[in-house]
Amino acid sequence: MTSVNLRKDEAETPRAGNGVPLLAVRDLHTSFFTDAGEVKAVDGVSFTLERGKVLGIVGESGSGKSVTAYSIMQILAPTGKIVSGSIRFNGQELVGLDEKAMRKVRGNRISIIFQDPMTSLNPTYTIGHQLEEAIVLHTNRDGKEAKARALEMLKLVNVNEPAKRLKQYPYELSGGMRQRVMIAMALACEPDILIADEPTTALDVTIQAQILELMQDLQKQLGIAIIMITHDLGVIAQLCDEVIVMYAGSVCERGTADAIFYEPAHEYTKGLIRSIPRDENNGQRLEPITGTPIDLLNMPAGCPFAPRCDHALKVCLTRRAEEMWVGEDHIARCWNYVREQAEKGIATLEGGGIDG
Amino acid sequence: MAENSTLLEVQDLKEYFDINTGFFRSRPLKAVDGVSFTIRRGETLGLVGESGCGKTTVGRTVLHLYKPTGGKVIYDGKEISGKESLREFRRKATMVFQDPYSSLNPRMTVSDIVAEPLDVHKLYKTKKERNDRVLELLKYVGLNSEHASRYAHEFSGGQRQRIGIARALAVNPEFIVCDEPVSALDVSIQAQVINMFEDLQEKLKLTYLFIAHDLLVVRHISNRIAVMYLGKMVELADAEEIYHHPLHPYSRSLLSAVPLPDPKKARENKRIVLSGDIPSPLNAPSGCPFRTRCPHATEQCAGSMPAFDEVEKGHFVACHRIREIG
Repeated sequence: MTSVNLRKDEAETPRAGNGVPLLAVRDLHTSFFTDAGEVKAVDGVSFTLERGKVLGIVGESGSGKSVTAYSIMQILAPTGKIVSGSIRFNGQELVGLDEKAMRKVRGNRISIIFQDPMTSLNPTYTIGHQLEEAIVLHTNRDGKEAKARALEMLKLVNVNEPAKRLKQYPYELSGGMRQRVMIAMALACEPDILIADEPTTALDVTIQAQILELMQDLQKQLGIAIIMITHDLGVIAQLCDEVIVMYAGSVCERGTADAIFYEPAHEYTKGLIRSIPRDENNGQRLEPITGTPIDLLNMPAGCPFAPRCDHALKVCLTRRAEEMWVGEDHIARCWNYVREQAEKGIATLEGGGIDG
Repeated sequence: MAENSTLLEVQDLKEYFDINTGFFRSRPLKAVDGVSFTIRRGETLGLVGESGCGKTTVGRTVLHLYKPTGGKVIYDGKEISGKESLREFRRKATMVFQDPYSSLNPRMTVSDIVAEPLDVHKLYKTKKERNDRVLELLKYVGLNSEHASRYAHEFSGGQRQRIGIARALAVNPEFIVCDEPVSALDVSIQAQVINMFEDLQEKLKLTYLFIAHDLLVVRHISNRIAVMYLGKMVELADAEEIYHHPLHPYSRSLLSAVPLPDPKKARENKRIVLSGDIPSPLNAPSGCPFRTRCPHATEQCAGSMPAFDEVEKGHFVACHRIREIG
């Protein structure tokens, strides 16, 4: 099959911007070795994150979006292991780094906040104690300075009555407030990257709006880069500059938020957008993605989405498409795109042909 | 068919739970505090609100899973009171639960789970009749006979929710309370289940009370939508009307807070971000429950709970200041 616009090499190299990207993940493979066999939770993920940008990773449960984040932080469960690939932070390779060196990065240069702020906070210590501990551990500040910094951080994340909160325990705070405390803790060391793993999923809509607004403000104010992991396309649309769509451990498509929403190229992305209720399909039947979620222990040979894809071609069942450019800063791995381009190509062939 | 006839009428429904606050002391938690609405035959009434607003309690109290502290539930013209009417009511009104993991007994096969309501209400004469009915129900929800002898843990979340729906359909109900039935499901599976609810409604002439916190899903499936806040109903109107022209300040901020899956609209969207958190229902504010977070609140709002008035045809709002801020 001739490839149209199939320029894999370029997809592999960092784009645009001169110099080293803030974070460059290349062909990351992370597996969990279970009694039932090897589960390839992350199966060849590549992306770059530039300074001050918000990258969204969207996917359903089991798509590998959280494991990608945990691999970057190297906080995988004991059965999980980075099998191959490279994660470069500011040019420094993180894969294979010893624990001592990794600690200088984790929580310091790259921070993470989790879905459930209740289980991420220690119920037996006050908010102040936990914030100060993080500050003392990661910076040169001593106890007194740490206390002042903790107060400053709570003010930064718009917690009301910050001095009082420092003396309170996690159970005394509401869910939204706890998530603010987590953000304060994550930002206390002025990291370059904040990874947010479903930070608003456990929160109510109006509280979610507050937290998203806060994250947007902080991102602008502090110039940090954010990796936003979520299953909610609404959150993605609201917050992200660039988006990665994951399915069964690998990237289906990546591009700007506008490209992903308005010109999706991968059949899975298209299906995902068609299946959510929006203004455009209001009053009509939703078009769901058929079938059931993939079993990571029994991965198909070709495209993992092929068994559920309404437009699967023969080639989809046997061979996976490589990453190809489908537009400026827009990459997808879908044979259907190739087919569409070929059809269009034939149509324009008389006019001047297609470029190779 | 009488399309517009009222199937279910709820009048001033109250559900208080006693919460122990100390040694031999307790205080009522007013989970639902004077809620009234009607549901027409064949329609879907969406019930939205944030956690702790009492929407699930409304669903359960309507079905008398909790004994109402006060108020009336009138089904098909008859008030539910006493054992006889309740037993009859429960053959017509069933429920689908949120969590497809904890709501199915792990020790029962799918066929026993689905047939349990049939057993309880003694709705078959022979074993064959029971089996046939189970297969018919599984077929309704897109499962087949091969699934009947398996256990719930062998299924994915979406399939489990289908089993829960088959069980709810077993007694041939007219009315189903759907309590967050798609919240635990992945986006791609959510759409399958929503479509199934719509198909079943048409095929079996069902009426739904659809409880959810996802406003886009509720808007999609509902004819009318009711908004709750801290045990009270604050607004009720046609789905499109409330989506485009919410009147209550709470509904307005709730709708503006929905993250739209569309980057351009998300950029244009003017969010009304509320300050503060939802008060505890144990310490609900006096008067209008929303007044502590409402940008328009005045003294009057602290004094008394506004009446749930019909301000436009079919559009009910409980707000003292609706004339000024409208």
